[in-house]
Amino acid sequence: MYVSDKKDAPIARLVRLRWRVAIGLSLAMMAIYFGFMGLIAFQKPALAKIVAPGVSVALIAGPSIIVSAFLLCTAYVLWANKVYDPAVRDLKK
Amino acid sequence: MPSTQSGLSIAFFLAFVVLTLWITYVAARRTHGTNSFFTAEGRISAWQNGWALAGDFLSAAALLGIAGIITANGFDGLVYSIGWLVGWPIMLFLIVEPLRNVGKFTMADLVAYRLNQRWVRSAAAIGSLTVILFYLIAQMVATGALIKLLFGIPYSTAVLIVGAAMLVYVLFGGMIATTWVQVIKAIMLLAGGAVLAALVLSRFSFDPRALFEAAAQQFGERVLQPGEKVVPGGWEAISLALALMFGTAAMPHVLMRVYTVKDVRDARLSITYATGLIGIFHLFVLIIGFGCMVLVGPAVVAKAGGGGNMAAPLLALTLGGEAFFGFICAVAFATMLAVVAGLTLSGVATLCHDIWTNVVRSGHAPEKEKMAVARVSTVLIAVLAVALGSVFEGQNVAFMVGLAFSVACAANFPTLVLSISWRRLSTAGAVSSILVGTVVCLTMILLSPTIQVDVLGGNLADLQSRWWFIPMRNPAIVAMPLSFFTAIVVSLLTPERQAAEKFDALRDAIVFGPAKVSAVQAPAEVAGVAAAKPQAL
Repeated sequence: MYVSDKKDAPIARLVRLRWRVAIGLSLAMMAIYFGFMGLIAFQKPALAKIVAPGVSVALIAGPSIIVSAFLLCTAYVLWANKVYDPAVRDLKK
Repeated sequence: MPSTQSGLSIAFFLAFVVLTLWITYVAARRTHGTNSFFTAEGRISAWQNGWALAGDFLSAAALLGIAGIITANGFDGLVYSIGWLVGWPIMLFLIVEPLRNVGKFTMADLVAYRLNQRWVRSAAAIGSLTVILFYLIAQMVATGALIKLLFGIPYSTAVLIVGAAMLVYVLFGGMIATTWVQVIKAIMLLAGGAVLAALVLSRFSFDPRALFEAAAQQFGERVLQPGEKVVPGGWEAISLALALMFGTAAMPHVLMRVYTVKDVRDARLSITYATGLIGIFHLFVLIIGFGCMVLVGPAVVAKAGGGGNMAAPLLALTLGGEAFFGFICAVAFATMLAVVAGLTLSGVATLCHDIWTNVVRSGHAPEKEKMAVARVSTVLIAVLAVALGSVFEGQNVAFMVGLAFSVACAANFPTLVLSISWRRLSTAGAVSSILVGTVVCLTMILLSPTIQVDVLGGNLADLQSRWWFIPMRNPAIVAMPLSFFTAIVVSLLTPERQAAEKFDALRDAIVFGPAKVSAVQAPAEVAGVAAAKPQAL
């Protein structure tokens, strides 16, 4: 019933859209994290800079990564609930 | 250390055990078949599951270990906290949706969907069980040592208590009891962490900057900066990052929890809640670690023994008195129990659902028999955990945690991703990829300084001249690409028409979920039969 091999079939388009969103958000998370770990690995002085009394770049970056992980998850859930799920429901009809 | 420590902390701990055993008793009456045993019949709410995921994943190391590292070294501890968190979004974006919609109990359900069930499930079980076993040993040994430190109970007794309590939870209460143990533990852990962090900040007019500044004044600006001692530099750091990120995303005991909620929408939500809770907790620990550095002092913590693990409890003692000290100790104990219970349950799911039902019995085993196998597997894993926990007493097993993450990253993650994204993945490709990932990780650790120097006490200079010596401690950067490469090359060499043809059926199952039959109405082999006749047709 649902099976269709055509590239332009609605389900194929929806699946491509979900992959694009999923990969885009994954790449964003990876860029943030590996950017940070890249500095830890090869450029520690960049993170060691003290920008204000008691505040280093590292201490800003660390918690920001934690917050960004949560925000990216939230973004995906919002997209999935608002766009993806209704599209799946439409296809099911 | 306070003389009354044992009394108060044991009282708190006993209260936790009595409460969770009562929950287990209630849960036992609602646990009838494998469906309730492994997934609580999908009746867990997204919020509950979010807390339970946090309780499943946050080990004692997340509080005691990281607080200790920060107390001694400053910022570096946070690098591990971050690594344990960033895998969650990856899991959510790439794996949760397909896993929840296609699978039933384990992650092998998804990988095996369009491939040869017997071969793929056997290989996936090897990958999962390796991860679970190493993680379990590390937890049991840490538990024994920590409980000895916190409560003054002998090591072997501590291991036995944890083994017995975990056995009772899982054996009688299955997923329902395990979920509640994890939820209660997570609430205790976050509440304890929040109060401790708030007490620290109250000394610094609730300005974290003032805390960090005080730390920098006492111990130098180096504590605010990444150092060389804890986190490796160079490619070693990148390898560690790979293992933490993609290993977390493919941890079997965490992935198993996506089946405990009613649909994929709740699965997504619960992962997001868990990410938030774990993230907040890591921020608490950052404050706790620096608070301990300033208010207790690294020297005092080092003198208390346990490799820095006493940092958070000693801070609690300083700020909240003996009652709070006792509470934090009890939280640590509860934490370990919840993690080992979750690990055990996912090990049981692999043994019972993957190995017994789908490999030995080709997907057709009576419900009664499956429950019997599940119960026997539970006892088996509990006994094994206690036995190995005792055998490794006093050994340096910290590397086993890293190894578990590396294997999850190199053996589980590549096949999970390829099975849903690449049409041409073949049975031989998936099986060889899992085996290569597992074997390469194990071999590399065996030949690395981690085993050769830290465990066997070899001489680094001597070893460096040996041809077989591998100077790298984190294998993921080699093992993970090798695992992907193997999957792709072997799949191209062994084209499997049936697997490619079922790709569209898999795609539809990922979009539309488990056909029309809900899991509750059809406790039969939804996933097992799916291989024979693609659903939604």
